[in-house]
Amino acid sequence: MPRLIWLSVVAAIAIAYPLLLSSPFQQRLGALVLLYAIAASAWNIVGGYAGQVSVGHVVFFGCGAYAAMGSYAKFGLSPLFGIPGGIVVAVALAAIIGVPTLRLSGHYFSMATIAVAETMRLIVTNTDWLGAAVGLSGPTVPRNIFDLSFLSSLPYYYLFLAVLVITLLITWWMTNSRMGFYLRAIKDSERAARSLGAPASRTKLYAYMLSAALTSVAGALYAMMFGFVDPESGLGILISVKILIMAALGGAGLLFGPLVGAAILVPLEEISNSWLGGRGAGLTFVLYGAIIVVIARFQPGGLLSLFMRRAKPKTDTGAGHAP
Amino acid sequence: MSFVLVQVIVGGLLLGAVYALFSSGLTLVWGMMNIVNFAHGDFVMLGMYVAYVVYTLMGGGPLLGAPLATLVLATVGVVVYFALIRDIMKGPMLAQILGTFGLALLLRYSVFWWFGANFLSMPQNIVGGTFAVAGLRIEASRLLAGVVAILVTLGLHLLLTRTSLGSKMLAVAEDATAAQLMGIRPDTMQAIAWGIAAGATGLAGALIANFFYIVPTVGETLGIVAFVTVSLGGFGSVPGALVAGLLIGVIESLSGYLIGAVYKDIVVYVLFLLFLWFRPQGLMGKM
Repeated sequence: MPRLIWLSVVAAIAIAYPLLLSSPFQQRLGALVLLYAIAASAWNIVGGYAGQVSVGHVVFFGCGAYAAMGSYAKFGLSPLFGIPGGIVVAVALAAIIGVPTLRLSGHYFSMATIAVAETMRLIVTNTDWLGAAVGLSGPTVPRNIFDLSFLSSLPYYYLFLAVLVITLLITWWMTNSRMGFYLRAIKDSERAARSLGAPASRTKLYAYMLSAALTSVAGALYAMMFGFVDPESGLGILISVKILIMAALGGAGLLFGPLVGAAILVPLEEISNSWLGGRGAGLTFVLYGAIIVVIARFQPGGLLSLFMRRAKPKTDTGAGHAP
Repeated sequence: MSFVLVQVIVGGLLLGAVYALFSSGLTLVWGMMNIVNFAHGDFVMLGMYVAYVVYTLMGGGPLLGAPLATLVLATVGVVVYFALIRDIMKGPMLAQILGTFGLALLLRYSVFWWFGANFLSMPQNIVGGTFAVAGLRIEASRLLAGVVAILVTLGLHLLLTRTSLGSKMLAVAEDATAAQLMGIRPDTMQAIAWGIAAGATGLAGALIANFFYIVPTVGETLGIVAFVTVSLGGFGSVPGALVAGLLIGVIESLSGYLIGAVYKDIVVYVLFLLFLWFRPQGLMGKM
C-alpha cells in the first residue's frame, strides 16, 4: 500500500509541476528531465537489468532523431512519421550490432559499443544526404499541429510524460515477465543462467532491441523539441555518457533510478549553463565527472539503493511474520 | 608514386611507435588488474598539456617537457590508483566502467574549462625542422617521438621481464594472494604499475605534442586507438602492443593517404570491431 501512495504522490507532482512552476525556463527544464528520463530508462533495460553496460546508446538515439527530422526534411512529412521509422531502423541496427557484440563480456562490450557509436558519427558526418556536419532541420513554421512544433514547452512536457509512463510500464511489465527473470539470472552469472537453460543470448538480444526502440523514440522527441539534429547533438558520445550516468546515479536496474538521476543532473546542467554561459558547459561536465567518480567509488548501486537498503529490513521482517 | 607510399609508411611507423608507447601502459594495468582505464587517452591529453604549459611558461622544449610530463602523469597515476582504482576494482563492472569514465570526463573538461576548446599547437622551431634521410623528408619532431617511444617501450618490456620489480609485478598479475604470501605487496606493485602506465602516457603525450594538435577532446580518439592496439596485440603483452601500435600507425597513415583523411579513424574503428567480433576468443579475459 505505501508504494501506491508514493506512486500517486509522484504522479501528482509530475502532472502539477508545469502548472505550478510555470515560467518558460521551469517548464522547459521539466520537459528535459522527462526526456532524459525516457532515454535513461530505455538504457536501464539493457544496462541496468541485463548488466550489459552500453556506452553506444546514442546510435539508437540518433536513429530516432535523424528519422524524425529526415521525414520532414527529405519527404515533407510530419516528424511524427519518423518515430515508427526510427524504431524500425534502431531495432534492425540493434539486431545487427547486438548479435556479435553481446557475445563480448564486460569491458569488451562497452568498448565495442563506443567504437560502433563513433564509427556511426563519423559516417553520418561525412554523408551529404544526412546533412553531413550541418545536420537536418525540422519545420521552422509548423504547418499544422502534427508537425509537433510548439513555442511553449508545455505540450512537450505532457507528451514526454506520457511516453515516460509508457516506457516505465513496459520496463515494469518486462521485469515481472519471464524475460525479467532471465535477465536477472544472466546479470548475476551468465554461465549459471545458461547451465540452467535460460536462453542467455536470445534474451540479451531482445532486451537490447527493446532498449534500442525506446531510445530511438527519445531521440525523435528530442529532435522534435529542438527542431534540428546534427552529428554532435544526435550522435555525440556525450549523449551516451549522460544517459548512462543518469541511470547509474539514480540506480541502475531500479525502475525509478533513471528518473531520479535525470531529475538531479538535468537541472544541474541547465542551471550551470544559464549561470556560467559557454564556459559553463566545461564546468558542468567536470561536475558530472566528479559525481560519477564519487558514485562509483562509494555507492555503485546508485542513490535509490541507499534508500532501498534503509527500507529493506522492515519488509524483510514483515515477510518473515506473514503466515 | 611508390616513393610517396614509403614516405607515408615511415610516417605511420613513427606515429605508431608513440601509439605503442601509451598503449603499453594500458595493456600493463589491463593485464595485471583486469581493469580497463577509459581515461587512458585523457592521460595522454594531459601529458600534451603539461608539455605545452612547460613551453609557454618556461620556454622549455621536449628535453624539459617530456621528463616533467612523465613525472606529473606518473604521480597522477599513483594518486588515481589509491583514490579510486583500488576500491572500484572490487566493485561491480558498472562501477569500474563508471569510475574511469567519470575520471575521463573530469580530466577532459577540467582542461577544457581552463584552456578552452581552441586547438593549440607547439611552434615549429621547438624541435629542429625537417631533414632528409635517403631522400625521405622526415620531421625532426616525429623522428624524435618515434625513436624515443620505441626505446622506452622496449625498456618497459625489459623492466617487466628482466628485473626483480618486473617479476614481482608479474607475480601479482598471476595471483595476487599467492604473491602476497611470498612477501610481495600487491597494493604497492599495482600502484607502481599505475605510475608506470600513466608515466608512459605522459611521455607519449609530451612527444606527440610537438607535432599533433592539442585539444581537450583529443583523448577520446587516442583512448580508442589504445583499445584497438591492446586488443590486437593481446592484453597484458608489451611486445604485442609494440607490434600492434606500429601496425595501426601504418594502417591509419595508409588509409588516410589512399582513401582520405576523414576516413582514417573509421578504418581503425571498423578494424577494431571486426577483430572484437570475429576473434573474441582471444579477448575474453583469462578464461
